[in-house]
Amino acid sequence: MKALISPQQRRAKIYARIFVTASFAILGLSFLVLILLFADLLTKGLPRLSMAFLTSFPSRFADQAGILSAWVGSLCIVILCLLFAIPVGIGAAVYLEEYMNKSWYANQIEISLGNLAGVPSIIYGLMALGFFVYQLGLGHSVLTAGLTLSLLVLPIVIVSARESLRSVPDNLKEAAYALGASKLQMIRHHQLPYAQSGIFTGVILSLSRALGETAPLLTIGALTFIAFLPQTPIQPDFPFVNFNWLMDPFTVLPIQLFNWTSRPQAEFHQNAAAASLILVTLTVLLNLTAIILRNRSRRKYQW
Amino acid sequence: MRSRFKRTVEFLAERLLGLSATLSVGITFGILFILWREALPFFAHVSLRDFLFDSQWSPLFSPAHYGIFPLLVGTMVTTLIACTFAVPAGIMVALLLSEYVPDRVRTWLKPTIELLAAVPSVVFGYFALLVVTPFLQKFIPGLQGFNRLSAGLVLGLLILPYMASLAEDAFKSVPKSLREASYALGANRFTTAFGVVVPSSFSGLSSAAILAISRALGETMVVAISAGMLPSLSLNPLEPSATVTAYIVQVSMGDLPHGSIGYQSIFAAGLMLSLVTFSLNFFAHRMKLKRMERANG
Repeated sequence: MKALISPQQRRAKIYARIFVTASFAILGLSFLVLILLFADLLTKGLPRLSMAFLTSFPSRFADQAGILSAWVGSLCIVILCLLFAIPVGIGAAVYLEEYMNKSWYANQIEISLGNLAGVPSIIYGLMALGFFVYQLGLGHSVLTAGLTLSLLVLPIVIVSARESLRSVPDNLKEAAYALGASKLQMIRHHQLPYAQSGIFTGVILSLSRALGETAPLLTIGALTFIAFLPQTPIQPDFPFVNFNWLMDPFTVLPIQLFNWTSRPQAEFHQNAAAASLILVTLTVLLNLTAIILRNRSRRKYQW
Repeated sequence: MRSRFKRTVEFLAERLLGLSATLSVGITFGILFILWREALPFFAHVSLRDFLFDSQWSPLFSPAHYGIFPLLVGTMVTTLIACTFAVPAGIMVALLLSEYVPDRVRTWLKPTIELLAAVPSVVFGYFALLVVTPFLQKFIPGLQGFNRLSAGLVLGLLILPYMASLAEDAFKSVPKSLREASYALGANRFTTAFGVVVPSSFSGLSSAAILAISRALGETMVVAISAGMLPSLSLNPLEPSATVTAYIVQVSMGDLPHGSIGYQSIFAAGLMLSLVTFSLNFFAHRMKLKRMERANG
């Protein structure tokens, strides 16, 4: 049998083995790095994690510093970001998939969407600095930050929503039309419900992206040291809610940890590790949820 | 009456949805317009020749120099290190996933790569400065605390998942019939992968590589944290350097008044960066569209 294998084939076999080994090595290496990173964060950061760390403001003493203003800021900004990005993103996706016919204009939208997904995040920050902060006069505020991040995650929402809308088979659509549904009814009662889990996956991914984004928020003037919270939206007298918090200065978790990482003292690096641990756990869990959701929805609907 | 109301709703809904879609075009032009407008006063102050050819960048000191070249060198060196690692590695991983392993294994392996993409870049910056650099210093004696090498390597890790998923898309678009023809001629998996799939997805792989490069050029936090912020013309990867993005961060952290030369300079740097990445993305997108046209006959 051996004689049947030509030298060429033997060489190809060796190359194949080298290729497979090397590729698995790369996969292994990236997994190893992820584990190393977690191990480092756990050993340095876990001892710092406590209730006090979550409920204290930053301080110039490393052992008293905490992430209260950072996580509250992150929460406010991420909520605002999704509030803007979800309706606009889904709306754009529905329009692009259901309404628009092939035209010059359609092409332009297609090109600029492809482009936007590749624009460096810091460029969004510069644009927001020129437009939201100075042109519209929104200042270095929570609102500016939310708007900036919503522009940033918009392509993610649009692309994932479009993909899931596209995967809904045409015969469902035609069945709805056959029963006399209008276009809007068809979209509301058929397209969107079936595309729901795909859209939700995109939303989770953008949430994770928005949580970890640092550079654009630095450019629009996030503070790195902030020892107070945004004003509470609820007040005792009429009209019981206020939106002053939108205009308050802010910091977020990634910026707090950037600040601690950049300091020379090792004690602050421990704080950075603890904050990173929280941040990475959140983003990895979110992405994991998105992956599981995606796999499940693939199994649920077999068109 | 009711049907007219319904028709109005339909009409309004379509307009509203169209408006959301138009926003994406608006943002693209908005970005270029705002950067251009804010950078314009800068170029009234600094000639384009100085900006492109002066060998020093020190806008915040006197005598001020406004040569972007040292920042570009920093950006290029870190990007080069990142892509030398990430582009081939990404292609290999993608080839392994799309041509070699069975589906069952794939559903397990792919998330591993995707989880790498879940780590925020600021955490990667922490990793580069406080884990990778001390580790590399054990083996490379001349390595400084802030250096381009660890920044570049970690940057490579950061774009690896991106590169891998783009390359996988390119491999997926190769028609099945080509693979089957190759197998029918007696080729094995390896020969099919490297003799048929890779060559026929060449344009897809190139556009993937371009997008990965563009991502590495614009990445900010890793280089801002771990490469130092020292503009330098040297090509030595062991030394610190500033990149275009790191400079923008550096200036933003200080409280620069609106309209000062420092404020304008970050827009000039940003304009430069966005022109480069926009044209790279545009080019890559064009290649992809062309490929799709050809695939559809």
